[in-house]
Amino acid sequence: MIRFDHVTFQYEKADSPALKDVCLSIAQGEFIAVVGHNGSGKSTLAKHINGLLVPTEGTVTVCGMRTDDENNLLKIRQNIGMAFQNPDNQLVTTVVEEDVAFGPENLGIDPKEIRVRVDEALKAVGMTDYAEYAVHHLSGGQKQRIAIAGILALKPQVLVLDEASAMLDPSGRIELLETVHRLHDSGMTVVMVTQYMEETTGCDRIVVMKGGCVLLDDTPQEVFRHTDLLLESNLVPPETVIVRDSLKSLGYSIPDDVLTAKQLAEALCPSK
Amino acid sequence: MRDITLGQFVAGNSVIHRLDPRTKIGMMILYIAMTFLVKKIWFLSIPFAYLIIELILSGISLRYILNSLKPVRFLLILMFILNLFFTKGEDVWLDLGFWKLTGEAFLQSCFLTLRIILLVAGASMLTLTTSPIALTDGLEKLLSPLKVFHFPAHELAMMMTIALRFVPTLMDESDKIRNAQMSRGADFESGNIFKRGKSMIPILIPLFVSSFRKADELAIAMESRCYHGGEGRTRMHQLKFRLIDLYAILITLAFLAAMIVTLILL
Amino acid sequence: MSIEINHLTFAYTQGGKKLEPTLNDLTFTIEEGHFLGIIGHTGSGKSTFIKHLNGLLPCEKGTVKVDGLDLSEKSERKKVRALVGVVFQYPEYQLFAETVAEDVAFGPKNMKLDEEEINARVTEAMHLVGLDPDRFSSRSPFDLSGGERRRAAIAGVLSMRPKYLVLDEPMAGLDPLGRREILALLEKLRAESGCTIIMISHSMDDIANHATQVLVLEKGAVCMYDTPENVFSHAEELQSIGLSVPNVTQICIELNKRGVAIPSSICKEDAFIEWFREEKAHA
Repeated sequence: MIRFDHVTFQYEKADSPALKDVCLSIAQGEFIAVVGHNGSGKSTLAKHINGLLVPTEGTVTVCGMRTDDENNLLKIRQNIGMAFQNPDNQLVTTVVEEDVAFGPENLGIDPKEIRVRVDEALKAVGMTDYAEYAVHHLSGGQKQRIAIAGILALKPQVLVLDEASAMLDPSGRIELLETVHRLHDSGMTVVMVTQYMEETTGCDRIVVMKGGCVLLDDTPQEVFRHTDLLLESNLVPPETVIVRDSLKSLGYSIPDDVLTAKQLAEALCPSK
Repeated sequence: MRDITLGQFVAGNSVIHRLDPRTKIGMMILYIAMTFLVKKIWFLSIPFAYLIIELILSGISLRYILNSLKPVRFLLILMFILNLFFTKGEDVWLDLGFWKLTGEAFLQSCFLTLRIILLVAGASMLTLTTSPIALTDGLEKLLSPLKVFHFPAHELAMMMTIALRFVPTLMDESDKIRNAQMSRGADFESGNIFKRGKSMIPILIPLFVSSFRKADELAIAMESRCYHGGEGRTRMHQLKFRLIDLYAILITLAFLAAMIVTLILL
Repeated sequence: MSIEINHLTFAYTQGGKKLEPTLNDLTFTIEEGHFLGIIGHTGSGKSTFIKHLNGLLPCEKGTVKVDGLDLSEKSERKKVRALVGVVFQYPEYQLFAETVAEDVAFGPKNMKLDEEEINARVTEAMHLVGLDPDRFSSRSPFDLSGGERRRAAIAGVLSMRPKYLVLDEPMAGLDPLGRREILALLEKLRAESGCTIIMISHSMDDIANHATQVLVLEKGAVCMYDTPENVFSHAEELQSIGLSVPNVTQICIELNKRGVAIPSSICKEDAFIEWFREEKAHA
């Protein structure tokens, strides 16, 4: 569905490339987390998926379309929905339902059809009751859900979240994560860029970025086996994984696929 | 700061509220024309009657109208006094030697002041009964024929929409920055006007920087949501011109006609 | 010396009407030298509370006294603002000057200190936050990276040499490295200058590992005010008001369920590992 083929990208004024020879492919229905510290290139990677940025070298192909062809852009952006970090700076209009309608309006869809899509999208993120609210009265988590509804109204195949949880409080983050997981369950391909390792435990695959390169690309269990590599890339594994490794160094035998508090307790003391 | 509502829209569900915004803009233009055609003070009763009817139908309390006159009160008083001085007349009420108060001057002062009051009140009826969003939609539609002459009707409307969206956000933000600078010992309250103006810099610069960043991020988000200008764009909420709109325009035209008749007869 | 809060009640007004009180009859004392963590659900009054610590919001009912200075007296408010430094959420949004040094100097300048003293404090504050004055002084604050900007903004508060440093979610939006840097900075400040730290945070792990006292606010009232060990052993109560518990506590709870007699007051990583080390030694 999405293919990065030896992608290198350099910002105009930068000394070194932000992405170096990245190869990556994402299949339909996958839930992928892209992690990395600031400046690792993870956001740059995300912006390549919907053609906001175009590779300096190499190609990005999305649903069979190359992103460096301008004629494809509208079609690509319709298929790749993208949510950003600051919930305030991505909502365009004052009223919730008007904002959700913004995307389909841009596509020139029939007003009746837009109405249907808006209602469906608001329902999918659980914000139907807020259709006529003023955007600035909502909480951060609610704003982010509206942003996602606005994307769903475009009926995309892929949802890309570019650090969409970074500015939310814990309950807002849970709200967002639950919404995204629910969408994934109903068939959406999800690419989630984040710095919070604890959000990634439920993903199919984690891509760890470092200095513009893909450092690791594997299942959460495999990735969290390499705690030292993560710490080296200035990433902090979930607290449970840190505790797990300390206990292991004490001589406790705990399997590597232990990622949550419950699993750890179970490993230390199997319930009968 | 938080209480400021944008424009002065009063939510409601009256006949007037439900009119198409284009109708209301049209009504206001006709009303202004009507008020300007008045040549004698007594005929101000025609636009006055029109305004009263609109006010009753809209269910808006008189208080809001009076509030809308507040910002222009000094202008009104000044105009009243100037006209007392500069209008010539025969019917002397009071003679102070250097200046005579005449009946004609008094009448003229009253007439001009009342006319301005009626104009401002009529215009605020539009903003009181129409939400800023509806108003933007209405303006975009009304101006869209001008696109032929490359008039940026859509861009203008989009700018208004975004401005409406971000004013509350920026107000919140300026509040936060103000608090932060006050915590660092900044003083916004004392000193003369120049000193106070200068003390605003630590608020204004961060606010500008943040506005630019917002604009940047919003542009990227809009682009990601397939925004590519006004071409081929549809709207979920369609403006509908209904029978009631026709009636409203006809009634307004009737008032205007009455006004013109009085002009011809006298 | 301490901050004494006595029957503090505060309600915002909207459209001329008083809303439900955001702070409701708060009474407690923050002793000098502590690291106080404030936790509470969004809307529990945390941010409103810290605006009372330096008089940004007026004390309508009740009193706040900082080292004996009463904040309801307008004349004492200025003195208190030099004692209590406040770092708000996303403090980098307050940067305004042309250079980092100028921005950091804003507070001391407002305190009307002489030039020499101002320069000394700017250098000291920049060193504290880990921004080398030689490299960063003359750079524009807007050219820095996110984490550096955050630290420059914090330096702008530290240059006032506050005795009490109040921070509203100082790590929000930072990457893990940035978070660790800020926490290390706070620990260093407390150890070196004895500065009292008052920090609002949503991260229970950070609070458990660094705070010496925890204040739990719920609907504008004090729900708990105790050591982290005692606060986090009330896991159910915390969860009932929409708060989570530190990861280590969660593991302890799961272990308790399985019959392991690990004390529920263990909330720090070190204490947890220590308990297992001893357990191992016994066995």
